[in-house]
Amino acid sequence: MNETAGPTPILEVRDLHKAYGKVKAVDGISFAVREGSCFGILGPNGAGKTTAIEVIETIHEPDSGTILYRGEAVSRSFKENIGIQFQDTSLQEFLTVRETLELFSKLYPKPRPIGEIIAACSLEEFIDRDNRKLSGGQRQRMLLGIALANDPDLLFLDEPTTGLDPHARRNFWRLVEGIKAQGKTVILTTHYMDEAEYLCDDIIVMDHGHIIESGKPRELLLKHFGEAVIRVPEAAVPAGAAFSCPSELEDGFVSFNCANTDSSLRELVSGGVDLAGISIERRNLDDLFLKLTGSGLD
Amino acid sequence: MKKFWAVFVARNLEFFRDRSTLIFNLAFPIILILGFAYAFPSGGGTTFKVGVVGGMPAAGSAEDIPFLHFQHLQFLPYAGLATPLDRLAHDQIDMVIDFSKKEYYVNEASSNGYVLEKMFAAGDSSGGSFTAGAGSTGVFSQKTVSGTPIRYVDWLVPGVLGINILLGSLSGVGFVIVRYRRNGVLKRFKATPLSAFQFVSAQVLSRFFIVAFLSTVIFAGTDSVLHFRMAGSWALLALVNALAILCMISLGLVFSSRIKSEEAAGGIMNLITWPMMILSGVFFSLEGTPHAMQLASRAFPITYYIEASRAIMLDGAGLAKIAGDLGVLAAMTLAFLAAAAALFKWE
Repeated sequence: MNETAGPTPILEVRDLHKAYGKVKAVDGISFAVREGSCFGILGPNGAGKTTAIEVIETIHEPDSGTILYRGEAVSRSFKENIGIQFQDTSLQEFLTVRETLELFSKLYPKPRPIGEIIAACSLEEFIDRDNRKLSGGQRQRMLLGIALANDPDLLFLDEPTTGLDPHARRNFWRLVEGIKAQGKTVILTTHYMDEAEYLCDDIIVMDHGHIIESGKPRELLLKHFGEAVIRVPEAAVPAGAAFSCPSELEDGFVSFNCANTDSSLRELVSGGVDLAGISIERRNLDDLFLKLTGSGLD
Repeated sequence: MKKFWAVFVARNLEFFRDRSTLIFNLAFPIILILGFAYAFPSGGGTTFKVGVVGGMPAAGSAEDIPFLHFQHLQFLPYAGLATPLDRLAHDQIDMVIDFSKKEYYVNEASSNGYVLEKMFAAGDSSGGSFTAGAGSTGVFSQKTVSGTPIRYVDWLVPGVLGINILLGSLSGVGFVIVRYRRNGVLKRFKATPLSAFQFVSAQVLSRFFIVAFLSTVIFAGTDSVLHFRMAGSWALLALVNALAILCMISLGLVFSSRIKSEEAAGGIMNLITWPMMILSGVFFSLEGTPHAMQLASRAFPITYYIEASRAIMLDGAGLAKIAGDLGVLAAMTLAFLAAAAALFKWE
């Protein structure tokens, strides 16, 4: 992930550090984000995701490290090029959604037309409603609209679907897909692994302020688990049999991590494995995180 | 300018649409003024106030008249005659004695003055029944003054408006910014190109507009019923109000510059407002109070506002007479703004 061959990344972070007292919230992370991609930052609570993203957004000063936007150190104008949806935020009260959007639009030199934001975030049905009287999903859509007020090239979404019901989450994913389709770059932090798998082109996994893994989600799963996991009862495997794919014993079952499911199945059959009771599972990012850190994602 | 204006308008909308806050901001001072006008139609207390020119006589001297030892009299020393006579004419004190000229003055229209004059003479005819004060009042000649009496409510209304400015400015800027900081509104603004100066100046102007509007409505509303005395210039009164509002808002900015908790803000606001309300002469005159108390009152901006506005409304003071108060208010405003600029943090 640190290699930046090819086009200049839209964002590059080098050896970023940020501590609060003795707590190293971000401890020397480096990564690059390709333009037009969705980049996921995953990790449990306290991993340093939000601190990292807020330092990159210039909300907080880093202790050390470099942040490059289009190959140049971030400057005051950086804020004009990025959109931010914070994890927790409040807005001025007694304003309608439209008035709130207009307020933020006027803070930027080149705002995106309000009508386009309303359409992009599906705000039509509650555009003139008091912003305190929105559902969770509607509120997140409005906050996304605010983040798009300046038509940013780079959009930061910090756990945007936390607390939303599955339907609202899916709706939000579709909005993010639409934004990606316009060529925007999205940096997303999330607890939801299905969300990361669905939206992200590249991910990093953080824990205790460090990046403990990075890459494309599918490649990482292949790297750590193979294409799939074939599970058979322990009794179905002949004693002393050896196979090319790595295996492990779990709760009376043998799990084979297969790079290629078809060839692995043929190898198991030819090796005398009884396929009765077989199950074939595809591992996900939750499993990856469990493997990397020894604990599940919160 | 576009950013400033956007934040200014948003803040005004937020305030004027919050009906409970708006009603409370209007109702409290109006009720206070009407309540005091009803409770104290002519004066704020029962103690008689006597101005003394030429210094209080030494105990046992020939000038130590029995009158000086009566109960419930408050003697207020003055350096010259002009000020106490002006106050006597407006019923703000009840009698003036000039020991150097052996003269005493009463307001011929004042009931308190009438009673005090009888007491003044009664002491002399008591045949030495008083334990102290052997001097005679017979050598004093009487003089009278006349003038329009000033009701307590006329005297009080600048103080109540001052409280309204104080509370409206401190809570409207101080509390609001602390709330914005605590719930993340400031952080959201910080993520935009809006500068701290643009944000803060928009808040200041918005609050200035709101407090000036409320003060005008409160004054006009109560004046339509109570018909306050206005001896001076409306324009000058507006200038004093404008400066006082700016000063109080700036003070609010200082205490809100870093605090994150509304509870802490409430405590600090109490710490600031209560001494000001008690020690700045809002409800009672500081004349005759201990020197330390009068000295403490000079530290509060509201003191200068009340002095200047009372001087304009009650005495018809011009710019020259209140220039000192205006100067102090302006200096305090600049000092508070500088401190707020140095201390302000988005988070």
